[in-house]
Amino acid sequence: MIKLNVNSTVLEIDADPETPLLWVLRDHLGMTGTKFGCGKAMCGACTVHLDGVPVRSCLVPLNAVEGKAVTTIEGLSADRSHVLQKAWIELDVPQCGYCQSGQLMSAAALLNANPDPSDADIDAAMAGNICRCGTYSRIRAAVHRAAELLKASGAHA
Amino acid sequence: MHSPSPAAINRRDFLASVGVGGAGLVLALSLPARGGAAGVRKAAGELNAWLRIGADNSITVLVDRSEMGQGVYTALPMLLAEELEVGIAAIRIISAPVGDAYVNQGNGGQITGTSNSVADAWLKLRTAGAQARLMLTSAAAQVWGIVPDQCHAENGSIQSAHGKSLSYGELAAAAAKLPVPQNVKLKERADFKLIGQSLPRLDTPSKVDGSAEFGIDVKLPGMLHAALAQCATLGGSAQSFDASTAQAMPGVRKVLSCASGIMVIADHYWQAIKARDELKISWDHGANAKLDNAGIRAALHKSLLAGKSLSARKDGDPVQALKGAHKNVSAVYELPMLAHAPMEPMNCTADVRGDRCDLYVGTQAQQLAQSAAAAALGLAPEKVRVFTTLIGGAFGRRLDTDFIPAAALASQAVGRPVKLLWTREDDMMHDFYRPPALIGLSGAFDAQMKLTAWDFHTTSPSITARFDPTSKDPFDSVLEAAANYFYVVPNVAVRYTRQEVGVDFGYLRSVSNAINCFAVECFMDELAAAADVKPYDFRHGLLASKPRHRRVLEEAGRRAGLGEAAPGHFKGLALMEAYGTVLAEVAEISIDAGAVKVHKITCVVDCGQMVNPKIIESQVEGGIVFGLSSTLWGDITISKGQVQQTNFNTYRVLRANEMPIIEVHLLSSDEPPGGIGEPSVALVAPAVCNAICAATGRRLRALPIGTQQLTRT
Repeated sequence: MIKLNVNSTVLEIDADPETPLLWVLRDHLGMTGTKFGCGKAMCGACTVHLDGVPVRSCLVPLNAVEGKAVTTIEGLSADRSHVLQKAWIELDVPQCGYCQSGQLMSAAALLNANPDPSDADIDAAMAGNICRCGTYSRIRAAVHRAAELLKASGAHA
Repeated sequence: MHSPSPAAINRRDFLASVGVGGAGLVLALSLPARGGAAGVRKAAGELNAWLRIGADNSITVLVDRSEMGQGVYTALPMLLAEELEVGIAAIRIISAPVGDAYVNQGNGGQITGTSNSVADAWLKLRTAGAQARLMLTSAAAQVWGIVPDQCHAENGSIQSAHGKSLSYGELAAAAAKLPVPQNVKLKERADFKLIGQSLPRLDTPSKVDGSAEFGIDVKLPGMLHAALAQCATLGGSAQSFDASTAQAMPGVRKVLSCASGIMVIADHYWQAIKARDELKISWDHGANAKLDNAGIRAALHKSLLAGKSLSARKDGDPVQALKGAHKNVSAVYELPMLAHAPMEPMNCTADVRGDRCDLYVGTQAQQLAQSAAAAALGLAPEKVRVFTTLIGGAFGRRLDTDFIPAAALASQAVGRPVKLLWTREDDMMHDFYRPPALIGLSGAFDAQMKLTAWDFHTTSPSITARFDPTSKDPFDSVLEAAANYFYVVPNVAVRYTRQEVGVDFGYLRSVSNAINCFAVECFMDELAAAADVKPYDFRHGLLASKPRHRRVLEEAGRRAGLGEAAPGHFKGLALMEAYGTVLAEVAEISIDAGAVKVHKITCVVDCGQMVNPKIIESQVEGGIVFGLSSTLWGDITISKGQVQQTNFNTYRVLRANEMPIIEVHLLSSDEPPGGIGEPSVALVAPAVCNAICAATGRRLRALPIGTQQLTRT
């Protein structure tokens, strides 16, 4: 049994300690918001936060996660109230939507570190997340919009 | 050939092709007739095949096209809601089952493709909405004992002239029993409340919190997971295998041989993958064991020179016009194979119980999915139910059903639901790729340097013939765009020579348009140069009788500032008509250390009447990103019968930090709705390559641009 802290809930997982976090989340915990895209940390669809840092969960083994806090798309907010989710909805960012969990988690880590990012900051932070539908312009606009919402609320992402 | 599992498809049964003149993807299905929604009895409050209204006033729309990002789960309900007199925010969407009512008339089957979902639904769903509204009105009138003319529909309820009101939910059960009114009158355009509005997409909220359910996310009680080992050589198969190690690994339930390879079924997917790696398989590499790109190119070159061709279009006497010309210009263009590479790898969940099978699958072709599973299991098609999930990208890949039979067989073998999931490598190495093409073009000028002849000759494997080997017109999907050449030239020839290369190819977003438009629009620039006329003026001069095209061209010239550019920047133009849409793109580029940098792409679109402009704009933007990826890097190469690209490191696609500015201008138009999911893809390559030629004098006649050195010649 390995103890796991996912979205502030402590869980015990009975799985091969080498199992990538992605498959623990999806198959063992039924949390399918985190997506499988490439299995080689090249597309970003499986991005989650580990102690607040964005990681590609397809290459993080379960035994490397013990004692750390995992945040997934399901934990970004309980009710789509995160500024990024609001901005994503306002701008209708997703098309097929498959990569968007990963996009949002990368963007959330960016806003945590840098609440008012420039275009270049956004491009650098988001370059690891592929979108085949080509929503990049709207993603960039939505990150800026979320930064505005954040500023207006006076809160921290 | 590429994994034709015995399960796959009794082609004769359901596929016949239709030639040029139809749409790019025209698959006529002849499946056994079965009325309504797969023979399901009409439920209370089911007003027609697309609409259910609950006693609780809930409104459910059954959408019969697959949602793969293009917005049909919003645009199609908008059409119905417009006439039903309801807003769309509270509408619940479910995917339609297999059913005759759901056939796409433009495609001859229940198929999402050819960018025609809105065109097909334009009258159909508005009529369905209007019929339902009239039935609800009649039901209310009966309750009140008045004539329907004294009632009107408003925002989900019927109102009487005397101030009485009944909600749709209160009327639905009675209304559903009334006869369906015929010859209903639809609203005039000026009266539209929803159509033409950029309403929020109905699927967006579920796509920002991880709750949207794609095929890969399906969970069923007792479900197991399967991984499939396929021969890396296209068309190869397993000769024998030793599963003793794999079989003994944790969680492994069964190892199973099927037509497409060897499957491992386990409690969890990671267990299945780990065990798959331990299979010892002896492969028969088959007929493609020595196939490589050089061989494919050589076959196409030989075929192009052989000169024998089928005629797809002939205006005037192009042979004579080319012979007697004052000046001739010729060139050969070459297009690579491409992968679809949608973000969600192929997957299918099957639940086989006795003589019934339920499929949960992201498919663009529900009837084909049904038939593929039925054939694999030896069941009648109507024993297979298809539940279409949200699709994490398709781009034509999910018109094929090669990943479905294995899932069905796996479930049958273990007596439990099974989800079969391909890895990215499986997906990249076992695609139905965009066919390669070689295109020879010739143009002829008279003494006044007026263009008098145009000859387009392409050689390529056929996509259509894979589905219907007996097709007499096996060329629709590789030269339809060329056959639709719209510049006014007196002598035009569009010809095809079919050259198979041993690999099965598929429909890729923008299909023939992306293949043809690169050659056509680049060669138009070559002809302009030969005539010493600016590319814009050259095209404009050939469009005197084509006001719609001329308007798009003029708007593009104006919006993109053609004829002016910042120092070191150059612009290139391309114009196209496809899917009933006319559009132009202008690329602005610079050359830095021999490599192209694309700064901006301006796109002007006349796609006819628009349902939801915001979705249209995002489709055009996305298509440009898709087209730019393949223009710059898209290249599937084969060595010893194996695809060399395996993942996103070797099949490069555009990333956020590589984006140009994209500007989309949608023109107001009275034309019927045209397609928008695909066309913008096709113009990127010619626009960028025309700009490169303006910058360097170098004419690129092969894609991708890749690492070709772009120095001034």
